[in-house]
Order: sequence, then C-alpha cells, then structure tokens
Amino acid sequence: MSVDVVAQYVMNGAMLGMMYALVAVGFTLFFGVLDIIQFSHGDVVTVGAFAGLAAWTLLTASGVTSAGVLLLAVTGAAAAVTALLGVGVARFIVLPVKSAPQLNVLLVTLMGGTVLRECLRLFYPGGSQPKLFPALLPTSGWTFGRFFLRFDNVILLVSGALLIAGTHLLITRTRLGLAIRAVAQDEETARTMGIDFRRVVLVTFALGSALAAFAGVMDGLYYNEVFFGMGLLLGVIGFAAAILGGLGNMYGAIVGGFLFAALQTVGAVALPFASAYKDVFAFAVVIVLMAIRPTGLIGERASERV
Amino acid sequence: MRLAAAASIALLSFSAAAKDTVRIAFVGPLTGGNSAIGLGGRNSADLAVRLRNGDAKAKYQYDLVVLDDECKPDAGVQVATKAGSDRGVVGGVTHYCSVVAMATVDTYHRFGLPVIVWGAVLPDITYANDFKEIHRVNGTMINQNQTNAKFMAEHGFKKVAVIHDTTDYGKGHNKYFTQFFQKEGGQILSTFGVTADQQDFTAELTQIKAQNPEALYFGGLTPIGVRIRAQMDKLGLKTQFDGTSGIVNDDFIKALGPLAEGALAFREGAPAEKLPGGKQFLADYQKQGYSNPPEAYGPFAYAAAVLLMDAIEKTGPDRKKIIAELKNVKDRDSIVGKITFDDHGQNTVPAITRYVVQDGKWVTWEDSEYAAGKRKLPTGK
Repeated sequence: MSVDVVAQYVMNGAMLGMMYALVAVGFTLFFGVLDIIQFSHGDVVTVGAFAGLAAWTLLTASGVTSAGVLLLAVTGAAAAVTALLGVGVARFIVLPVKSAPQLNVLLVTLMGGTVLRECLRLFYPGGSQPKLFPALLPTSGWTFGRFFLRFDNVILLVSGALLIAGTHLLITRTRLGLAIRAVAQDEETARTMGIDFRRVVLVTFALGSALAAFAGVMDGLYYNEVFFGMGLLLGVIGFAAAILGGLGNMYGAIVGGFLFAALQTVGAVALPFASAYKDVFAFAVVIVLMAIRPTGLIGERASERV
Repeated sequence: MRLAAAASIALLSFSAAAKDTVRIAFVGPLTGGNSAIGLGGRNSADLAVRLRNGDAKAKYQYDLVVLDDECKPDAGVQVATKAGSDRGVVGGVTHYCSVVAMATVDTYHRFGLPVIVWGAVLPDITYANDFKEIHRVNGTMINQNQTNAKFMAEHGFKKVAVIHDTTDYGKGHNKYFTQFFQKEGGQILSTFGVTADQQDFTAELTQIKAQNPEALYFGGLTPIGVRIRAQMDKLGLKTQFDGTSGIVNDDFIKALGPLAEGALAFREGAPAEKLPGGKQFLADYQKQGYSNPPEAYGPFAYAAAVLLMDAIEKTGPDRKKIIAELKNVKDRDSIVGKITFDDHGQNTVPAITRYVVQDGKWVTWEDSEYAAGKRKLPTGK
C-alpha cells in the first residue's frame, strides 16, 4: 500500500476519531459530575445537527448568502439549542431520579433519546428522510497522488482539536472548572465548601451537550447529510470510546475516540472479509480490551476524574 | 342523469343474467405506506374488468373481489387463504410487496389457485419453487441487472467496483449484476458488502479509488446511496455512479442536490405513457374517474387481469384448465409489451426502463441529453 493511500486512510480515520472524541468527552463529563450515563447523548448530537440545519434554512430563506455568517449562525444555533436541551435533560430527567437506582437514570435517558429521535422524524419537515446539509466550508483541496486533502476537512479537524483543548483549559484552569472537578471528586464535600451543586451540574450538561452539537454540525458538514437516526450509533460508539479510554477521564475519551476510529478503518481495510464486519471487528476488540483493562486504558487511578 | 344510471344498471343486470358471472381476486396493499401503488393497481385491474364487461363478445361477466394485504406477510396469507378457499374465485392478480408475495406462494399452491403477480420484484417468488400456479408479468431484479450490465458494457464501462448492502435485496442485486456484467466481458475490481445503516464509507471508497474503476455499481436503497455518492465527492472520486431501482425516487435527488447529476439507475416497468398501449390505457383510466393515479405498476395489474380473463374466456372458469392455459402464454401483446412466461411462470421479456439524473430529475435515458450526446457521463479516467 502506497503512502498516498495510507495518508488518505489516516485522514478519514482522524475525521471519524474527532467526532467520536467530541461525543465521548460529553459522556465522560456527565459521568464525572454525576456518576451517570446520559444515554440520550447521541440524539442530542442529532438535535444539534438539525438545529444547525434549521438555522441555515431560515437564514437562506430570508436572503443571507454569506458563508461565514451562515456558518456562525449554524454553529451558534446548534450549540445554543443543545446547551439548553442538555440543561433540560439534567434538570427534568436526570436530577429528579438522581437518588433512585442507577438503572432508572439509564432507562429514563434511553427513553428520552427515543423521544428526541422520534420527534425529529415526525415533526421536522421531511424528517424521516436523509436531509441535505449545506457545504459551508471551501471544498477545494490539495491532491497528492491518490490522497485528496480537502480544505474543509482540515478546518473541521483543527477546530475540533481547539474545542477539546479549550474544554480542557476550562476544566483545569478556571474557577468553574475547579468547581466541576470538586463536584466530580466528592459531591458532599464540594457542597459544604459552598459550591452550588445544582448549578455545576447544569453547566456541565450545557457544556457537554454543546460539544455534542459541534460533533453533529461537523458530521453534517463532513457528510453533507443528516438524518434522524444518525445519533444512535454515534452515541453507542461515543459511549464505548469513553469506557475504553476510562470513563470519567478526558484524555481517555479522546484516546478512546481515535482508537475506535482506527479500529473501524483497519476493520474495513485490512480484514479479508466484507467491510460490513468492520463494526463487529471494532466492537469485538473493544470487548477484548475491556476484559484486559476493566477500568479503561487510562484508569481512574492514573489521573483525576474530569 | 339518474335515468341514464338506472338504464345502465338495468343493462348490467340484464347482461349479468345472460352471462355466467366469474369471480377473480385482486390482492394488493390498500392501506399503509404502499397504499398509493396498491390503489393504483386495484383501479387498473378494475378498469380491465369493466372494459371486459362492456365487451359484448365476452363469454362471461366478471366480478373483481378486492382484498387488502396491507404489505404485511401475515395479512397477505390470510387474504390469500380467503381467496384460495373460496371455490367461486378462479384466479387472482396478486401482490406488490415482495415479502408478501413470497409468503403467499405456498397458500396459492395448496389451493391450486392460479395467480399472476403484478408488482413484486424478488426473483424467488417465481424461481424458488416449482409452483405452476404462480406467474408474474413484471420483471425481477434479474432482468433489471441484465439491462444494467449490458448498458454499462455498451457505454464503455469495463472496470467496475461494487458496493451493496448485505440484506437479501442488496445481495441479490450484487449477485445478478456481477453475473451479467462478467458475461458482457466486464471486470469487477472489488465488492464491498456494507450494513444498510452504515454512515461512513470513506474506507471502502479510498480502496476503490486506489483501484481506479470506471464506474461504481451500488446495490441498495436511497439512504446509503446518498451517503456513498456524497462521500465519493469528498474523496475526489470522479467515477460514474450506477444504481438500481432502489434509488429511483425524488429523495435521492433532494438529498444530494447537484451531486446527483448523471447518476444512472434501472427499474422494472416504465412510465405508463411510454408503454406500447399506455396512451389508450391512460385515456380509459381517466374516463372512469378514479380518485388515484395508476402509479408505476398499474399497467402491470391491468395486463395481468387481461391475461387472466383471456385464459378464462378460452377454457372456462376452471382453476386447473386456467393454469394449463397460462402455461401457453407466449409473445402475447399487452399494454406492457410482449409477455412470455417461462417454465416458472415468469415473464421473460419485461419492460425495464433506464434512467439518468438530469437537472434534478430522473429522466428516461432515451429522452436525456446524455443519450443525445449533449452531455457526457464521467468515465473515471
């Protein structure tokens, strides 16, 4: 296999990995502060993509043509809607059942996700069919042999990385981050230190969901297509990536996301049988890795939560 | 007006009294997601019966028994049993949905009821068993892929990569296309089976790009067809996109926008106005004032009903004799073209229409600017 083809695979895998990592970071944040799995997170991704699409549709209908303005509006609308949605999920679904058994949280968020998904399908105009997502980034690129490096892919990759880095700085360097980490470490002690537990939880959900919105918009811009069920597998993969890396650890989520994308690419390229089995392969490897490292690749002991 | 109606009723009852009444069944999806096509088929079969009843030379008066299979196998078997166990029903024009047609063949065989399928395309309906009761006027994915393979070879696409979904539908398409394309001297560079809900195809497409094919054949339905076509563009893979009947719909074009341009696809049947007797059929249909259009498969339901009544006219209302008579159908003229049944009761010369996307519409190949030479299909070079 020549260098140009390998470069293309790496680029494909990196795009996937970035999306998975963005979703996985959300899972990890929620687990960090509340010790819960937010199973509708994948559908929050979808809502983000559709909110962006709706903003684009409304603005183009009212005559806005500047790609820059549209891009800002799409990203802004997606982030705002999902942040609100995240707060809603935390406030009305997760917090009320917080003291109930873990299974209940799992169940209500799972059902909440189904409600979101079905609502998009039923109430978004033409929502049951795949929708065209506009290409707002420059589609030109550079050709190196059989490697076609597109400008929009580079932009998406870089902004995804900046976003994760920004989230990391927010958590490690700001007062808000300190509060989030405090709650993650010990809720009771954090409360007695005067930290508004409820506020921290809501802010964390807004933050994690906004990251998911970016994953959704990125998905839309990359594939130029969104549909109501896209969050389902994305959610499962994001969750698997978070667990694989070590749930509650941000680096772990990133490593897990890219590792899963690499496994899928290897599964499709290197295995002798049909590429339909690439997810089977990737998830099977995850199962094996989980058996070897039950606490994830970067276990909780190696670093603090979140 | 009322007088005329009364007169025609009197006339009908008079002719009914003069002739024996023969009952034939129509089965199709009349409720649910596929009901538009089902109602179009029912109206078309009804039209055939009305025209025959208006014909003074006909030996019998026909009565159409309409049954709803809901496009569900369980409901289909129920109504098939109803038709089969009613000895007064001597034949049927049956099913649009492949799963239902497949589920009911045993029932018709058990009751010895001759039926003619008017819309379902799965090859196994006629070919999986040796049931002499089952016939079909429309083509199967075999015919579709034969036409497709021939078209590709004739237009200079010799090296093709294949992506298909791993359902029976996608696997069938892959099997028959590969078989016919190789017979035409073409070369399949690689074959990828993918799941029907896969999102990312960049790994498969990168491999395909490295092989430099002249066309990419896709056997599957619209959602992943859209994704594959869009991601081809992302990877700079400029090769001809060749699809199946599964992508011939407006959603494919809506979801892709300008990228859909030049995509090819093939489908059983033809727009009614393109069929040999289509103009007359549409005019007659219009006259009856049905509230739904005949849709793509209406002409086939019409042709099937005509074929069945022709057989009854010849042999009388006897199931066994009708089956024997249908065996002899060869080069029979119909509004969907010549009909010839092979040993399995399958029409071997069905109409297949070739489509290409031009300016955001599926256009029949013959009418396209591509065929006229004004536009060129990409060749992958």
